[in-house]
Amino acid sequence: MMRYLIPLAAFMVLAAFLLVGLTLNPRQVPSPLIDKPAPVFQLNHLHEPDKVLSSTDNIGKVWLLNVWASWCVSCRDEHPLLVELAKSGIVPIYGLNYKDERTTAMQWLKRFGDPYTVSIVDADGKVGIDFGVYGVPETYIIDKKGIIRHKQIGPVTADSLQKTIIPLIIELQKQA
Amino acid sequence: MFKNDLLKVSKLLVSVLLIVMLIPSLVWAKEALPVAEDLEVEKRMLAITMDLRCLVCQNESIADSRADFSNDMRREIRQKIKENKSDEEIIQFLVDRYGDFVLYNPPMKPTTLLLWFGPILLFVIGFISLLTFLKRRREQIEEISLSEAEQTKAENLLNEKKR
Repeated sequence: MMRYLIPLAAFMVLAAFLLVGLTLNPRQVPSPLIDKPAPVFQLNHLHEPDKVLSSTDNIGKVWLLNVWASWCVSCRDEHPLLVELAKSGIVPIYGLNYKDERTTAMQWLKRFGDPYTVSIVDADGKVGIDFGVYGVPETYIIDKKGIIRHKQIGPVTADSLQKTIIPLIIELQKQA
Repeated sequence: MFKNDLLKVSKLLVSVLLIVMLIPSLVWAKEALPVAEDLEVEKRMLAITMDLRCLVCQNESIADSRADFSNDMRREIRQKIKENKSDEEIIQFLVDRYGDFVLYNPPMKPTTLLLWFGPILLFVIGFISLLTFLKRRREQIEEISLSEAEQTKAENLLNEKKR
């Protein structure tokens, strides 16, 4: 009996590991920046190029940093959700316009709506690298102390908003 | 006579056509651009990026990949080489931003111990079970001793076959 049970058990263990492997997404690379201070940056606004937003300007509030571009197709998928979230007034959304053309970016916002309190321009993608951006869109939740608490890789979905992003924002807003 | 003229005309046409076809290749031909400005920098950059994973096309190294992400990384690394950063500093720069996942050679850490020693562990388990299996089998085989009569009978049988 044992001589059949042992290979069977070994097979079941292997199958269980493979089954778990199927549910994992290799595209979701855990960011080492979670629970670390957001990278330092100083970038010009998209709409008013002579204004500058720096990484310390938002200390004291919870905010979202959404990395987007007019050339990014899946940014369109998440965009209505961001517009809605901005309207709800739960959290200010800042846009990081990543490796884009200023005029096309502004046209894009005019066409699809502008959920951003401010969009800042990262034309050569250097700040993007500091944030560990590798697949646009990406969304970061940054707390009152300027620490990155969550990173959403790929488009925000209604599900991820309801289950993860909004509850975390509300929790972080309660903190001093 | 008329047929000869036709041949001449068509020959002329073919040569004109051939010349026309050559024109674009003359116009577009250009000196090949050098691949890299600085070969030393390029060499070091390639050596570093060979062991780094492109996060967009995950089965390619940053050195091989033509993805935008890898282009940016190569540009960034070239710049860091020019700034006289060491290889370790450059690799740390990437690990700080993208995690250990960018390394094709994972570092030895408590979380990667199973990864590093799992194969040896499996080999040891396999080797021990092979040994116990062989030992048990050897114990199961019993030497059967023959009586003298049986022995001669067996020899007779064997000799019979030879013939």
